[in-house]
This record gives sequence, C-alpha cells and structure tokens, in this order.
Amino acid sequence: MSSSATVQNSEPAAIEKGSSLWTDAFVRLKKNKLAVLGGIIVIVILFLCFIVAPIMSMAGMKANDQDLANRFAGIGEKGVLGTDQLGRDLFMRVLEGGQISLLVAFLATMMTVTIGVIYGGVAGYIGGRIGNIMMRIVDGLLAMPFLIIVILFREIITGRIDIVARFLVNEWSWDNDTVTRFANLIPLTIAIAGFGWLSMARIVRSSAASLSKQEFVEAARSLGLSHRRILFRHMLPNMLGPVIIYATLTIPSFILYEATLSFIGLGIEPPNSSWGKLIMEGANFLETNVIVLAIPAVMFSLTLFAFNFLGDGLRDALDPKASKD
Amino acid sequence: MLKIILSRVIQTIVVVFVLVTFVFFAVRAIPGNPFASDKATSAEEEAALKAYYGLDKPLPVQYVNYWKNILVDGDFGDSLAMKGRKVSTLISESFPVSLKLGVISLILGMLIGIPLGIVAALFHNRWQDYLAMVVAMAGICVVAFVLGPIFQISIAAPLDWFNVAGWSRTSDIILPSITLCFGVAAYLARLTRGGMLDVLSQDYIRTAHAKGVPTLQIIVKHAIRPALMPAVTFLGPAFAAIITGSFVVETIFLVPGMGQYFVLGIQSKDYNLVLGLVLFYGILMGIANLLSDIALIFMDPKLRTA
Repeated sequence: MSSSATVQNSEPAAIEKGSSLWTDAFVRLKKNKLAVLGGIIVIVILFLCFIVAPIMSMAGMKANDQDLANRFAGIGEKGVLGTDQLGRDLFMRVLEGGQISLLVAFLATMMTVTIGVIYGGVAGYIGGRIGNIMMRIVDGLLAMPFLIIVILFREIITGRIDIVARFLVNEWSWDNDTVTRFANLIPLTIAIAGFGWLSMARIVRSSAASLSKQEFVEAARSLGLSHRRILFRHMLPNMLGPVIIYATLTIPSFILYEATLSFIGLGIEPPNSSWGKLIMEGANFLETNVIVLAIPAVMFSLTLFAFNFLGDGLRDALDPKASKD
Repeated sequence: MLKIILSRVIQTIVVVFVLVTFVFFAVRAIPGNPFASDKATSAEEEAALKAYYGLDKPLPVQYVNYWKNILVDGDFGDSLAMKGRKVSTLISESFPVSLKLGVISLILGMLIGIPLGIVAALFHNRWQDYLAMVVAMAGICVVAFVLGPIFQISIAAPLDWFNVAGWSRTSDIILPSITLCFGVAAYLARLTRGGMLDVLSQDYIRTAHAKGVPTLQIIVKHAIRPALMPAVTFLGPAFAAIITGSFVVETIFLVPGMGQYFVLGIQSKDYNLVLGLVLFYGILMGIANLLSDIALIFMDPKLRTA
C-alpha cells in the first residue's frame, strides 16, 4: 500500500522506481493529520522564538524593559499580549522564555542522542557478559527518582561551573551577563541529559543487539572491517529510525523537566527566563491577572502537544509495527 | 513463583545498594556543607557539629558507618538540617499523607485511564479513538503546575468547600489528588489502548468471533485480561513514584507530604535525610515491582509454566 504513491507518479512505460524507507515513511506521515498539525505548530513556534523574537528585540522591544505605569495591561492595550506585574511585554517574555526552554531541551537531546547511541550501540554490539553488565548499570540508574538525580547533578555541576565562570569574568574579563546566563544553563542541561541518556541507551541497545546478528553485519565482519566501522557505518544508519522517533519524543519530556525544575526554583535563574519560570511567576499573580499565567501555560502546553503528536506520527510512519500505543 | 520472588528480592537489594552508594558520594560532592548555611556559624562550632554527626571522618569510614547504623541498629540517622529530628520520624510523619494522596489519585487515574484506553481501541481510527487520544495527550501536556493553579482559582476560591491550599480539612485531599491523577490516567489510557489493539488482532479473538460469541463477551472474558498487561507493568513503578509524593503538587496545595523532603534535603545538604529517602524509595520500588510481577503471573498463564 505504501508504494502506491510512487507508482502513481511514475510514467507507465518508465522503469518503476523503488521507494526508499524514508519516502514511504514521509508519505505515511503526511496522511497523519495530527502529526502534520504538530509539525506545523513546531515550525511556527521555532520561527517565533528564534527569528521573530530576535528581530523585534533588535527593533527595540526588549523583554526585560519595565514599565511600572502599565502593569497588567490587557491583550491589545499595550504590546501584543499585554504586560506582566512589572509592565514587561508578555509577548516578548514568552518568546524569549521559549528560546531558553527550547535551547535547553535541544542541547540536552543532542547530548542524550550522542551518549545513548555510543553506549547503547557498544553494549548491543558486544553483547555477552560485558554488554549485559553495561545494561544492568543503566537499569539500576533508571530505578532512581528522576527529580532527585537531576537536582543532585545540577548542584554538583553548578559548583564547578561557577568557579570557571568567575575565572572567565575576572581573569579573562569576559562579559559578566553572558557568562552568568550560560553558567546557569549549562549545569541544568547537563543534569537533564545525565539522566535522559539512559532510556536512549536502552532503545539503541535493543536494536543494535538484533542488528548485530544479521547477515550484513556478519558479512562486514568477515570482510575484516573494524568494529568502529561496522557499528557506525553499517549498523547506525539502520538504527536511525528508532533514534529519531525517540529523540522527537525526548524533546517535549525535556521541556517538561526544565519547566518542572524552574517551577520549583531549581532550574533557570534570572536574568534568564523560561516557560517554567514564567508559569511560576504567573501562578503567584493568578488572582490579579489570569493572562500572566495563561499565556506561558498555553505556549508551553501547545509545544508539548505539537512535539508529542509529531513524535507519535513519526513512530507510526517509520515503524508501523510499533504504532499501536 | 518462588523463583521470581527471590530474583526480585535480590535485584531490589542490588539496586538499593547501588542507589545508596551513588547518592552517598554524589550528595557529598555538592560544594559546601550542611552547616555552612546556618546564620553566623563559627569555624569551631562547625567543626564541633561535624564531629558530632561523624562528618569529620574520612568518606569510606562514614560510608561503612552509615550501613552499620542501618543494618545493625535500624537507624537512618539524624536530620542535619532540622536539628533534633530523626530521619525516620520525618519519613513516618509525612509518608502516610503522601500514601493517602497517592492511592486516591492512582485509583482515580485507573478509573479514568483504563476505560478510556479500552474505548479508544474498540473504536480504532474512528473519532472516538482520536478524541480519547487527544484527551490522553492533554493529560500528559497540561501538567500539574498549570492544572493546580487553575483548580485553585476556578474551584477552590469561588466555592467554600475547599481550602485554596492547606491540609486542615478532609476535603483538602480532593483537588491535589485530581491534579495528580491526570498524568497517570493519560499514560494508562495509552498503554491500555496499545495492549487492547494488540490482543484484538490475535487469532484466538478472530476464532471467538467466528464461533459467534457476542462481542461484549469476547471483550470481557477474553480480551481485557491480557490487554491490561502493559498497564500493570507500568503501574508498579508508577505506584512507588506516586506514593512517595510529588514536590510540585505538595508545593502548590501546601500538602505536608514526603515529596518536599527530597528537594529540601538536597538544597540544605541534609545527607542523612536524602539517603534515608532514597533508601526508602528504592525498597518501595522493589516491592511495587514485585507486586506487579505477581499480578502479571496471575494474568498470563504462559508466565506460570515458564
């Protein structure tokens, strides 16, 4: 059924072109309306946060500019979406908060994919006792309460990063504001990735273990290729499907982790701001003005929705067998 | 059966050992010490406090002492941040609160999630299915810290039945448990739907249809039990996680549960409190996994013979 789209497009007399796994998957993905909608929302949010916001910021609409005369302005009264408790433009604050939320999630996902693919791939490829021990360690770490581990990591790394940050500011006279911003982001990102790679390693290991028994890997082995070449050149392309699916589903869960930590005051700190932080502030002023909570909450939930539907759609498209849950 | 219980017990012991060892050294790697944050503690006082709690000894000695206290005396140690209180007292005071809240929200989650998943599977790829899955996704995406304040402002504040936040009235358990149950319900709905779709495509279900068994009877007698297996596997660890409390929900509704201590313990570098909680959590996790293993054996005859 999946190749029908390609058949229709080709000339009757022409040699029928085979359709690759990826074209098939794309055709299936396009049929899934929720996934397409999710994809569009993701693109719009990325466009707003990373293109519109910097342009508007350069045009003079700063997210942190206070205007105490116009506190809690309603939608349309001042700015696009009104103002918060200090008269700051809510639209700009939400977009700049989104930059941080998305940046943390993307960076942590990239780390997760890198570590998870290497660790899981090696464990699955070697197999045997060593591979087993490697996965037992992962299972053990996964049994830990996520919040406690991420907070622990964050506290440990923050202490180390602060020393480096102070050195950069004092000795090399780097810009204090920029350094402070990153000194807050990096520990959080590493801490989230430090817990997140575990599930990725598990998924990669199971597909690496089944691939390593297949004939083409046997063939590569009998040709005398190095282990590294077999793993990364021959097995990795065949594991991309599950990795992409899981990475797409990892992004929303990392956005959620970041927001949870920021909400309880252990994540993003000023001058940075993020959706979790904005929701926390908004919750405090709920009785005065609902909009201050509603806008970041809607953006945040919408983004989670979009990424989750896109991820589910990708899974259905790339791996039709596993599409039931 | 005995073999499964035994292997779970051994596994739990290993996991708890790894967990406590890891956290023991990790929590001490946080810069600073539990007494540095106290107002104007002099260097001598700090040294005296460290000596009193045995924190002046080398790390390996502290580590051995920690296990000795637990295994020989059954003592989790004193809280370092809340002076004069034992970790075991803090846990035994707050755990019943979290347990009550957790059990209620878990039951609510099951009552919402499982029927939702079954309905979605029975109407696979029809509007009922899409609606159920969008609702389930909403349960995952509209998280507790958005839902909680909304409940406070829209239900607790205008009606006089609940405290907006607090733990003094019997009714105070209702809003936190509803807030907590949505996530559970959402995951259960997705897992149940997946399990049900899997079962419905099996040959024996087709045979039952061919024999002319009524659809309702097929679902109730043949399909539901195996279809719930993924949900039961999820419920084990979810149970352990939810009865040890949720920091977010406890903070929003000012519930005196256990979840707050996880975060407060790390923030104030209360080594004993963090370790005690992790140990307690690990053991609960083991018990919950064992219970879900046993439940799975009763649900699947194939596991019984194996």
